[in-house]
Parts: sequence; C-alpha cells; structure tokens
Amino acid sequence: MKKDKILLDHGSGGKIANSLIADLMLPLFDNPVLSRMDDGATLDINGTRLAFSTDSYVVDPIFFPGGNIGDLAVNGTVNDIAMCGAIPLYLSAGLIIEEGFPMTDLEIILRSMSEAAKKAGVTIVTGDTKVVPKGAADKIFINTSGIGTIPKGIHVSGSLARPGDQIILSGSIADHGVTVLAQREGLTFDAPVESDTAALNHLVDRMLSACPDIHALRDPTRGGVGTTLNEIANASQTGIRIVEEKIPVKKAVAGICELLGFDPLYVANEGKLLAFVESRHAERVLSVMQDDPLGENACIIGEVVENHPGKVVMETRIGGERIVDMLTGEQLPRIC
Amino acid sequence: MKHSEEYRDTLLSRQIIKRINTVSRRPIRLMEVCGTHTVSIFRNGIRSVLPETITLISGPGCPVCVTDQSDIDAFIQLARNGKTLIATFGDLMRVPGSGSSLLMEQAEGRNIRMVYSTTDALELARQHPDTNVVFLGVGFETTAPTIAASIISARQMGLKNYFVYTAHKMVPPALEALMNTDGVDIDGFLLPGHVSVIIGVDGYAPFFEKYHLPCAVAGFEPTDILQAILCLAEQIETDAPSLANCYPRAVSAGGNSKAREVMNMVFEPCDAAWRGIGVIPGSGLRIRDEYGAFDAAKQFEIPIIQTVSPKGCACGEILTGKITPLQCPLFKTVCTPVDPVGPCMVSSEGTCAAYYKYN
Amino acid sequence: MCLAIPSKIVSIEGNTAIIDVDGVRRQASLMLLDDIKTGDYVIVHAGYAIHKLDEASALESLELLREAFAQAGD
Repeated sequence: MKKDKILLDHGSGGKIANSLIADLMLPLFDNPVLSRMDDGATLDINGTRLAFSTDSYVVDPIFFPGGNIGDLAVNGTVNDIAMCGAIPLYLSAGLIIEEGFPMTDLEIILRSMSEAAKKAGVTIVTGDTKVVPKGAADKIFINTSGIGTIPKGIHVSGSLARPGDQIILSGSIADHGVTVLAQREGLTFDAPVESDTAALNHLVDRMLSACPDIHALRDPTRGGVGTTLNEIANASQTGIRIVEEKIPVKKAVAGICELLGFDPLYVANEGKLLAFVESRHAERVLSVMQDDPLGENACIIGEVVENHPGKVVMETRIGGERIVDMLTGEQLPRIC
Repeated sequence: MKHSEEYRDTLLSRQIIKRINTVSRRPIRLMEVCGTHTVSIFRNGIRSVLPETITLISGPGCPVCVTDQSDIDAFIQLARNGKTLIATFGDLMRVPGSGSSLLMEQAEGRNIRMVYSTTDALELARQHPDTNVVFLGVGFETTAPTIAASIISARQMGLKNYFVYTAHKMVPPALEALMNTDGVDIDGFLLPGHVSVIIGVDGYAPFFEKYHLPCAVAGFEPTDILQAILCLAEQIETDAPSLANCYPRAVSAGGNSKAREVMNMVFEPCDAAWRGIGVIPGSGLRIRDEYGAFDAAKQFEIPIIQTVSPKGCACGEILTGKITPLQCPLFKTVCTPVDPVGPCMVSSEGTCAAYYKYN
Repeated sequence: MCLAIPSKIVSIEGNTAIIDVDGVRRQASLMLLDDIKTGDYVIVHAGYAIHKLDEASALESLELLREAFAQAGD
C-alpha cells in the first residue's frame, strides 16, 4: 500500500523513519556531513572541530515520573553532541506553545531546563517562542539545538566500529519509553518505573579521558538498543553479536513490556549509551563508567564480529540464535 | 514462584534440547497453530537449536492474519462512519484492507483508540455518552469470552453507545479444515496454550478421535515449547499418538467453563471466512439476537466495497503450512514490514513478519 | 495468538481485582473466573483473569520436570 500521507510510524526512529530520510531528505540535502548519519554533525571550521545537533521534543505526557519535556529537551541534545565525542557548550531553545497553556506549567518546564543545563554545564544562549491557536499544537513542543567542541585526537563515529570491539551498555534499557507509555490514556499502569533522562556528557568525558580511542558512541533513544545497534552495523559494515542474558532490564520495566507485548530492545532510552571499544581498553572504560552514577550498572553486552556484516545477531537465553532487526514502525500494544 | 521465569531456565532448556536431539530420528513436520508460539519460537531462537529432523511450520493461529479482507474493510468503513469512535487492540492498526489501514485512517483524523482491554473500551463509552464506541472483536476462544463479558457489562451498565463488530474464530474447526486441505502435510500439532485454558484439553478430543495425529498443548515459555516438541517427537518415534497436556499449570481437561458460559450466552457459532482457507462451517461466532442492540454489523450501515485481495500474496498457503514465506515471490522483495502486502507480514506474530525479523 | 500473563491478585473489589506483575499494577476483571481471593496467581488475558494457577501443583510439576531431565545425566 502506498503511503501518501505521513503516519506516526514516520517519526518512530525505525525503518519507516529511515526510509523517509533516505528517500526524501538525503537526496535533497545531499552533503558528506549529513550522509554520515551520526547523532550530530561534525564540522571543521578553520581547524576547530565542532559537533552540531538538533532535536525536537513532543513527548506526551509532558510531565512524567523522572522528568518532564524541559529537562528531556536539554539532556537529549546534550547527549547527541556528547555522542560525537564533543564537549557540549551552547544550546538554543525554541518553544511552540498552544494557546491557553498554563503559565505555571511553563514555569516548571523552564526551571527544569535551566537546572538540566546547569547540571550538564551548558548555557542556553538563544531562543524563540511561538504561540499557536488552541488545537494547532498539543500543549507544548520544544526544539533544542546545540554545539560543542571535539577535542584533538578524538574520532568517534558509528562508522568506526571494528571487529573485535567490545560493546558496552551503560545501564538498564527501556526505562524512558515504558514510563511514558504507562502514563498514556487507555493503558494506565501503576508501576515503580521512571524515565532515565540524564545528560551523559560528564560520563563520556570520563570515558574519553580513560581511553581517547573509543570507536563509537550512541545513545539508543527512539527505536531502542536494537535499532541503534543495527545503525552501527550498517554504518561500519560489521556484524554485531549480543548476548540476551547480559542486557539489563529492570523487573517492572520487563513486566510492562510483557503485559503490552513489547520487546524492550526496541523501547526508547534517554540516559543510556552504547560504547564500542577495542577489547584491550574495554575493562578500563567499563570501570570508569561503573564509578559514575550514570554508568554504575554498565556492562559488556556483546562484540563486533566480521561475520554477517550489517546484521545484529543475539544469542538467546536457551543458547539459540536470532536476528535482531531494526524496528519497523512504532511498537503497538498487542494482546496476541 | 512467578509461573514464568522458572520456565526460561537456561540449564533446563539445554537438557530438554539434548533429549530432543537424542529422541528424534524420523524427519517430522510439526505445526505450531498459535501465532504467539510462532513469536516465542523465533524470539528464543528455538529453530536454531532443533535437530535437522524437526521442521516447525506456522499455522493459522494469528487472529489478525486469518481475518478476512472483507472484515478488515468493514473495520475501515466503520472508522469512516464519522460518528463512531473505534476501539481496538493495537494488533489491528497496521493491517492493510483494500487500500487503507486503521493507522492510515487515524492519520486522516478518524477517531481510533488503541485499548488494552474491552474494559477500557467500556470506559470510553461511559465517558463519551454522545459517541458510538465500536469495539473490533477479533481473536479466538481466549479473547471471545472477554468480548462477550464486555457486552454483558454494557447491558448491566445501561450503555446504549457500545457496539462490537465480531470476527471471532474457533480453533478446533480450523484444525479439522486443515486436515481436509489438499497438500497439507503435518505430523503433529503444537496446540495453543491459552485457547486451551478456555476449551480445555477435552475441547480437542473429537478432533483427536477422528484423526489420531500427535497433539501436545503447549505453554509459551521456552521450556514449555521445547517440552511439547519433545513430547510430539516421542509420540511419533513410538507410533503412539496421544492428546498430551504439556501446559498443566494453566490447562485442565475441562477448561474454564465459566468463560465458555459467558461466551455462549452472547455468541453463537456461525460459518466464517478465513483468509487463505475460505469459509469453514461453524468456525465463527456471531452475536445472538438477544444482544443484537450491541451488534455493530446490525446497528450500522456498513458499505460493502469491492474487496481487493493483494495480488500474488501467498498468505493463504503460508497460513496452511503449504509453503514457507521464503517460497513466496513477494517475500522481502515487494512485501516487507515497511510496506506489507499481506497480513502475515503486518501482524507482529504473523509468520512472514517473524521470518523477516528473526531469521 | 493470545498473550496472557501470570499475575498476582493484590486486592479485590466487587468483580474487579488489582493485579501485580513485577510491581506493575493494573485492574483486571474477574467476570470469567469464580472463587478468586487475594494472593492467588491468575493468568490474565486482555484485562480479564481467565485461569487460577495452583501454586502447589505448579511447584510439584516443575520439580518433577527438573528431576526428570537432571536424572538422565544430561
């Protein structure tokens, strides 16, 4: 069936979203920086290397356990820059607000943004506010862009993963996606889960200080760990092998996933990262991560292999194997 | 005890796998009838640990996949009605009808809500007394009683704006129809565990008496499925077919009689069209006349449109186990999860989607 | 075809129970099952409890299963 309209799937971060980018956007904006398809662009301006990234936040509900749309918007862009191996410095913030939005809520959101920026050590230096008629937007949308500098000698990109690299995951998966979902109308769950939204730049800083030679960094947001690993396998044309048992999922998060028929590998994270590190440096990187509160549950979940380039294979709990494909469209709650 | 994790045990799984490898000598073809089994088999990589002698084929047990194109088109027409709010399980959202899907209708602004339970649909009807809430009823004997219960509740609550469009199906008649289909070659059945919770092991007795084919009721955790495969292999190797219950913690001989009572109070058997198989006598459930006020098919004019079946799609042959998705000319070429042609590629438990995703 | 999850009954009010799966709580209807009390484990499908799990016999058959495969020296 031809898709002549934009569907929610086009924004899911999975295959359908990727085909929109590949078929429509890349040909139109064609340039070598964009076609690297990393979390942010890396630019060389008169010898200074910069990372530049942008992201829009439309989360519903805007307040959720563990955070709100404000700190999410700051942390998300900070992380995109950090995943380029850069030190995030400056952010812009654009607000699109629906007419009638409560002033008190706006104040809470802006305060969260300010606190999150302080914590991450970045400054919000420019911004814009637009108000649209009631119904033309849902409550509030936020766009943030950011820039940071890439230190000398740091070269981090999804395309640089190499066979033999160990894959380190900084902690439990699916916390953010499941928390937001549990708040949605019609699905209400009462569960001890909260979003993991956090700025990862200080953690990345420690990691790169311990080992400047980290090959790839990615925060597995929309589409989850499964989709991100596929992106890296594709970008680097290597194979990826992960072990199901090693991937941490909190009990309550696993519970919600079971109830809704979700695979936690495809659920969004907002405060986790994947690092691809040569095996001789892996233990060192892992140990500095575990010393950081945001990486205390970090663990090695698999490795990069020469076989099956472009594919992710998982060893299952019973010793079987399966392919972990990229997410297609948004996962929908199912009963079958 | 959690009644789930214990059955994902690595050591126990490996022990059962070892035993299967010892026992299985003859090449056999086993059909897992249930789509949730299909997904669990792929997710756990069960095919990759079985000996070459055992071939698993996926049967017509994904309710979304076997729902006839005309029913899918009716769902879409109901969504276009303008005054309705469609409540549905998420499973149906992406299924392509003749030119559209519920997800595409949602993009057009139709009022479509995903719910987790019919209790959520009832709540929607209560909250929106001026809107007609239509629940799309698909599923087998496990789900049908929950839909029936919602209709009884709606009557008790005095709701005049809650309706169900029913496309429910029953498993035993489908098993029988499979046996009578030319070209179907099956040595044993892995029977659906949660359908069996309702109909009990006894629900398959007439079928087993007639065909004497090895049968094993199976749960959904990896050791449940492995154990049932072992049981079927043993039955075949010893030429001693039986109707075995490999899911005793959930399934009894008699099943859940209360649930069946509720189901029978609201529904009565009818002939039903299955995608890829055709009409199977007595395999469907329609709403009884006493509950006709809740029957969306009676209460709404549903325009009948010319059904366009996807060209070249082999979903029918795949659902009956005659071929695997790899033998369908559209598989991975024209038909992908991004652009599905047939329902077996859409449904997360569809055979083609499972082959595509996990193989 | 039918996702159904073992859940613990935390409380009951009329025909509705609060069920718990690993700390996740939700309502479930008891319309399809008789004689359920707090603390029971039930199998829940699409918001309805459809089967009561018998803890003792489940434990026993699991034990038997483990023994059966361990004994064989596998």
